Amino acid sequence: MTTRTRLLLALAALALTVTYVLPLWHIALEAPQYPEGLGLYISIDGVTGQNPHDLQSLNGLNHYIGMHKIVPEEIPELRFLPVAIGVLTALGLLAAAIGRRWALTTYAAVLVAGALAGLADFWWWGYRYGHELDPRAAIRVPGMTYQPPLIGSKQLLNITAHSWPASGGWILTIAVTVVVLLTYLAWRRPRPVTA
Amino acid sequence: MRTPSFRQWRPAAFAALALVALAACGRPTSTSSASDAASRVYVAPGEKDEFYAFFSGGFSGQVSVYGLPSGRHFKTIKVFSQDPETGYGYSEQTRAMLNTSYGNVPWDDSHHPELSQTAGVPDGRWLFINGNNTPRIARMDLTSMETAEIIEIPHSAGNHASPFVTENTEYTVAATRFSVPTPQRDVPIDTYRENFAGVLSFVKVDSSTGRMALAFQIRVPGYDYDLSSAGKGPSHGWVFFTSYNSEEASTLLEVNASQRDKDFVAAVNWKRAEACVAQGKGTREPARYAHNIVGPDHIARTEWGTSVTVITPMNCPGLAYFLPTPKSPHGANVDPTGELIAAGGKLATVIPVFSFRKMLAAIEANAVDTVIHGIPVLQYDAVLAGEVPEPGLGPLHTEFDGQGNGYTSMFVSSEVVKWSTTTFQVLDRIPAYYAIGHLMIPGGDSRKPWGKYLIALNKITKDRYLPTGPELTQSAQLIDITGERMQILLDFPTVGEPHYAQALPASLIQDRQLKIYDLAHNTDPWAARGESEAGITRRGRTVHVKMTAIRSHFMPDNIEGIQVGDSVFFHITNVEQDWDVPHGFAVTGINNAELLVMPGQTRSIVWVPTKPGVFPFYCTDFCSALHQEMQGYVRVSPRGSSVPLTANTTRR
Repeated sequence: MTTRTRLLLALAALALTVTYVLPLWHIALEAPQYPEGLGLYISIDGVTGQNPHDLQSLNGLNHYIGMHKIVPEEIPELRFLPVAIGVLTALGLLAAAIGRRWALTTYAAVLVAGALAGLADFWWWGYRYGHELDPRAAIRVPGMTYQPPLIGSKQLLNITAHSWPASGGWILTIAVTVVVLLTYLAWRRPRPVTA
Repeated sequence: MRTPSFRQWRPAAFAALALVALAACGRPTSTSSASDAASRVYVAPGEKDEFYAFFSGGFSGQVSVYGLPSGRHFKTIKVFSQDPETGYGYSEQTRAMLNTSYGNVPWDDSHHPELSQTAGVPDGRWLFINGNNTPRIARMDLTSMETAEIIEIPHSAGNHASPFVTENTEYTVAATRFSVPTPQRDVPIDTYRENFAGVLSFVKVDSSTGRMALAFQIRVPGYDYDLSSAGKGPSHGWVFFTSYNSEEASTLLEVNASQRDKDFVAAVNWKRAEACVAQGKGTREPARYAHNIVGPDHIARTEWGTSVTVITPMNCPGLAYFLPTPKSPHGANVDPTGELIAAGGKLATVIPVFSFRKMLAAIEANAVDTVIHGIPVLQYDAVLAGEVPEPGLGPLHTEFDGQGNGYTSMFVSSEVVKWSTTTFQVLDRIPAYYAIGHLMIPGGDSRKPWGKYLIALNKITKDRYLPTGPELTQSAQLIDITGERMQILLDFPTVGEPHYAQALPASLIQDRQLKIYDLAHNTDPWAARGESEAGITRRGRTVHVKMTAIRSHFMPDNIEGIQVGDSVFFHITNVEQDWDVPHGFAVTGINNAELLVMPGQTRSIVWVPTKPGVFPFYCTDFCSALHQEMQGYVRVSPRGSSVPLTANTTRR
């Protein structure tokens, strides 16, 4: 690895730590009765409303369709993720310290696998919230499920749901992309010939 | 009884003549095109008004909130009158608000809203209003637009000259309209001159919390004290009160109190009063009065006052001066510069405008006609800045636009008259429909009027609206004052009788409006902050039900074991934390009121069932798609029944 690659790798690894303060994802909901907006921010250690009491309001609305209550304390990933981010940052810094291409490649693979696992897990939670509905719910629309989109927008009864990465999610995406690009460039560049 | 002489009837005869003369020379009404006026008051759907306006409700006892220029009514703030629609004055948390030394007085006659001021400009923190009948001052919080405090004024009777504030809301004042024996005692009415007195009360306002405290009272001659206005800028430290009935009549005042050519404006130096009180020149007199305060737990409680410091002009020289004022003055209004004081004499032919500077000079030069009970009467010509000649008939109140113009309401000739505060000449006049009382310009009683509009607050509407039987609406009229000529833009009906009003730019307070009460900070002892805290307990013949309300159910919603004659307290906590989601509560046959509970709030109401049976309760505010399902039952058994007390507090 060149010094520049090692530096960029270390920066990308450190960039992961912004997710300790910035949210990963934003689910915004639009409904006629909510001109002021309603939505959730998902971060590595919690789920919070975009307005102070949105989570409670959303759980209140969701009880009509029989959706599980979103209780951040009951989502184990939110306890595990802060540790995982710390480990990933440490591994990135270690790879930069080792300075060898195999280290970079291994790190890129771990990072991509972690990101994909995270997305899959997020999708799985969305699937379960959207499909596991109380059969005694007040509102039951045959065939209707309420899984929010993983990314993009979707109409769910009177509510339009928009799901996009939030600031921390974008920085994470950029960091992963940088590491992948560095790996690609490292493999394209011929190995320095050693004596 | 004496036959009234011509002398006594002269004012009336004069009024009739002048009315004829005015009708003959009055200019035709300027009417702009209706569409032009409409476009200037039109606030498109979803758009917001430029000003908040707060109108007194008069005999309704409340305050109503409107938008200007649209004249749309947004809310009625419950102040002095019980309101069965929300439970105000009935619920356990609000009943104490209406306590007085006369017992619980569940209504009043509210006259003059007054915004708190900082540096002589409305600051959007609090709104005060007087209760005229049972002397009280209420303070409303402008972030919740709810009544936060009511203080009773002892020794007073008819709290009319109130609750006008000083430049930095150091004080809100309360002067008695009816002089009475103070302290109250059983005396013959015809001993008025010996036994009756007026009091001018100064209520201190805490600058950070707004909390009121009766600081001192000034005992003055037994006249009728009518209105007041605090000095500002150079005249800061003074308050001007009008008075009538300097004849000290106690019967048939319409004649007997209209005899003298001049009554008085009382100029009171409250800084001097503070000094006298500090020097111990006051006496502490027993006086029982209620002071009702909403605590941090949103529960109103009464603290009883037991005494008040009273000072008199006799033992505090320099405290008060009388300015002779023609014919039964009503309003006294200080202009934005703080230099001019316009007084409206109901039966006067001119509007006298006093000069504060000249008043100080007259005091200095001892230009005194006589002294009444220690109050020097200054010479009229020595204190006069000018007289507005031929203004019309029945001048009452003056507001200012900050551009060198005064606007005075003319009750008898039913018009608004615009005059120059430099030349004292009438510049324009416009009819009011009909019988205008107060008028109001946003900030028009302050150091920096926002101007733009003038509101005429009218007593009579006659043919202005679709008739509604003998009882017709009261009305306000919006007048554009931006041009050289005034122009009427809009009539709109009001809740109750709008005596006076206040307005301020919406931008000062709209972003500070509370949306919900924070459930986490709900410290009501009977709150159920979540469904797990709901429950039921019996203490003898009293049953307490802690109940939650959320879209779209109550918890519990089935209650059994209640017996006829029990006092059942329903403590309803709205556990929503979402904007604009109140819940209501009502049960069959409840003898007091329903409840309207805001998100995060707890309200309690007592129900005493009178017969056995199963009675439904339900939500009275259409809260959600399943609002109609938001209901429950209470089973009431005969006295002594063995049905156990139960409530289903777990979700099925």
